[in-house]
This record gives sequence, C-alpha cells and structure tokens, in this order.
Amino acid sequence: MADEKKPAGQALQEQLGQLTDQVQGSQAWSSIFRPGSIFRKGYNDSPRNRSYVIMNSVLYHLHPVKVKRHAVKVSYTLCLGGLSFFLFILLTVTGIFLMFFYRPTAAQAWDDIQTLQTAVGFGLLVRNMHRWAAHLMVLSVFLHMARVFYHGAYKPPREFNWVIGVMLLQFTLLLSFTGYLLPWDQLALWAVTVGTNMMGFTPVFGEQVRFVLLGGVEIGTDTLLRWYTLHVLMLPFVVVIFMAIHFWRVRKDGGISGPL
Amino acid sequence: MTEIPEHLRKRAEAAKAKAQGAAGGGDAPAGDAPAAASGDEKIPSHLLDRGTAAGDQPAPAAGGPAAPTGGSGPDGHNQRLLTVVKSGSIQDTKATPQDKVHVWPHLLLAEFLAALAVTLFTLLFSIFVNAPLLELADFNKTPNPSKAPWYFLGLQELLTMFHPMVAGVTIPGIGLFVLILAPYIDKNPSKRPEDRKFAISLMTVHLMFWAVLVMIGSFFRGPGFNFIFPWNSGLFFEL
Repeated sequence: MADEKKPAGQALQEQLGQLTDQVQGSQAWSSIFRPGSIFRKGYNDSPRNRSYVIMNSVLYHLHPVKVKRHAVKVSYTLCLGGLSFFLFILLTVTGIFLMFFYRPTAAQAWDDIQTLQTAVGFGLLVRNMHRWAAHLMVLSVFLHMARVFYHGAYKPPREFNWVIGVMLLQFTLLLSFTGYLLPWDQLALWAVTVGTNMMGFTPVFGEQVRFVLLGGVEIGTDTLLRWYTLHVLMLPFVVVIFMAIHFWRVRKDGGISGPL
Repeated sequence: MTEIPEHLRKRAEAAKAKAQGAAGGGDAPAGDAPAAASGDEKIPSHLLDRGTAAGDQPAPAAGGPAAPTGGSGPDGHNQRLLTVVKSGSIQDTKATPQDKVHVWPHLLLAEFLAALAVTLFTLLFSIFVNAPLLELADFNKTPNPSKAPWYFLGLQELLTMFHPMVAGVTIPGIGLFVLILAPYIDKNPSKRPEDRKFAISLMTVHLMFWAVLVMIGSFFRGPGFNFIFPWNSGLFFEL
C-alpha cells in the first residue's frame, strides 16, 4: 500500500479504522444488521459468508441459501418468472410517479396526460416506460407460462402453483386492460368499448357484468374512476397476494423443476 | 439443567474420587465417552431418563458392585451400554446427494444482470419510441377500425367468425378452464419431451392458434375490420 510510507496517510487510515469500529460496534448499527450479517464484520468470500448473505438479509424470504445447480442456468428458465416480477416492480415505481400528475375524471384525465408529457420533468419518459414495460410484462408472463408447460413443471407436486400462475396471467391481462382506459384518448375509449362489449355477452348475467364493469350503461367518468381504482389499488393488491403464494409454493414444492 | 438421579451422581462421585487417587490411568480410551461418563450435566436428559427407566430393576444388583469397587473400566469409569443405534435407522442418508450451488453469487448475480438488461431495454426503447396518445376521447367519432388491446385481438378476430357469446365467452372460457386443469388432466408422470409428444403438440397448437389470431387481428385487419395486407394498405395498429 502506498499509504504505509506516509505517516499522515497511516494516521488517517487508523482513524478511519477506529471510526468504522465505533460505528459497527454501536447499538444502532447492530440493531439494524442481524448477527452474522456481512455488514457487521465485512465480507470476504467464503462458503460461510455466501450463506450469510442470504440468511441474514430480507432476501431469505425469497431465496434459499442454496439451489440445485441446474436451477441457475439461464438457458433453463430464461429468467422469465423473475423478470415478470421485476417488471411488476418497475411498473409500480413508474406508476406511482404517474399518479402524482393524474386525476381520473373524463374532464381532466387527457389534459393531465398532455401536461405530464409536455410540462413535467421526465414525464414523457416515465409514461413511455410504464406503457412499454406493461406490454413487456404481458409478454413475459405469457412466455413464462409456455416455458413452464414445455418443461412439464406443472406436474406433481406443482399442480396448484400452476393454477395460481394461470390466475396471475389473467390478473396481468386485467391490469393491462384497466390501464388502457386511463389516458382517455380515442385509442383508450374504443379499445375498451370493444373489450367490454365482448364481456357483455357473458351468458345469463351479461348485462349485469357489463354494468358493474362500466359503473353505468355506457363508458363515462364513472368508468374511469372505477378502472383507476382497480388499476392502481385493487388488482395490484390481489396480484401481490397471489405472487406471495406463488413464490412460497416454488420453494415448498422443492425449488424450480427439472432437470429434464 | 437436568436433575441427575441420586444413584448415578453417587456413582460418578465415587468414580471421580477414585480416578483422582490413581491419576496415572490409561488415557487413550477415555476420549471415547467423556461426556457420558464425566458426571457433569452433559448427559442429554432424554438419554438419562431412558437410562434410569431401563436401569430401575437391575440397578441395585448391577450397580451395587460396579460403582464403588469395580474399577475395571478405563480411567476408573464404569460404562454401561444403553443401546446400539445403527447408522441407517436415524440418519437419512440419500444415495445421491444433490448438486447445489450458493444463491449468492450464482443466482443473485444472474438475476441482477437480467433485471439490469430489462431496465436498460425499457429505458432506451422509451427514449426513442413514444407511447401513443391520440386525440381526446370522443363518443361521436368511432375510429375505423376500432381495435381492442393486442392481447385481446385474438378474441376480436374470433368475433368475425362466431356468435359473440361463442367467440367472447365460450371459446376463451373453455380454453382457460382446460389450461387451469392441465396438471390434473395430464396424468403422464414423465417430464422428458420425448415422452410428452401429445401434450407438447397440443399446447403448441393451442399457443399457435392464439398467436396467429392475434397477428391477423393486429396486422391484417383494416377499415371495417376487413382483411388487408399491411404491405398494400398500411398498418392499422396501435400499442
């Protein structure tokens, strides 16, 4: 080290070392990081520390300490499930940003989007990201399902997790569809008109289904409020619960499937 | 921690005193069972309990001569065989241990890189391609054609062929129902592709069916939802 030659540098290093010890020995620090956390004593690469990274962090809710060797092969999963989850997070973050500038009424919605795109810093970019990530998520969830099917990963003991997964696919479509109306432009209005007309043909109580979805007999400001609430609150809430069960079952059913 | 039965404690004390008296005993075998014989509170309680239960009847007979005078064991200890546990009976040793790797760094690094790649892709795409925002919604101006979001265009395509109840509800409903029930319908236990030719073909046909319908609905339908070729009539498609 170059510092060892210079006494001034050495003194500084010692002081820094003392400060580090002081911080890491403080009650606040040790109350934040669990015993064995790599932030208590620093990290050097050893099998024990590799385990501690997972065991003593919140990641332990998601990942076990070790997985089957084939499970980390990108060519097996193509990361599709994880990326669907990540896109959900990305959509939540960008969506919260959009919520700051949007009022779900027929009189204001379109103007708010227009203002967001022209007068808000990064407004256009964030809206673009929200839109493209949403399409990407529909695609990745769909491909994830195909991947799971072709690997036969729905077979016992994973039957129920497949059922949860198909539910999640439907919720993803619903999330995307409810978001489609919110810009309140011609594309939104008529795409949703076509979509909800289809649902009106549900046998026996088709009219009622359509009425509940639209909050009236035709699309209007009530529909907008209804779909906004579904889009930003109810569906994400349901999806998070289903995802929690989905991820939990992945581990309980013995990690991901395979090798073939 | 545990309450040591009186007779065992006495025996241990006697043995300890004897061992201190003759300090030069053989030390090699003493390491075999130091915890069990030392008389401190190191004996697991369940073993102790089992030992006393088993030893209740024979204890006066066998323990009497053994404890004070025996001296036959190594280092002055007296040991009694409680039970023999064969290795297979409590240890569940699998014939093929699984080959596992640490999640950190092997899995987390891959996940991080994948997330980074997707973020970058979304960011770059969003910089160069704007999300559509058409003019304000107008109930009196129906665009021609009116199209649903792309993932519903397969359904809209079916609408041109069947009664709306069949196209919009029955066919997708049955499709979804069968999809959910797939693991309960498919009883074939094998996961190898060569054993699942039927299931794989069926799913591929199913996926292709929707993919083709979505493609047609997206790119090959023009004004009036009539069939067109996009290279002749242009694209009528918004994301």
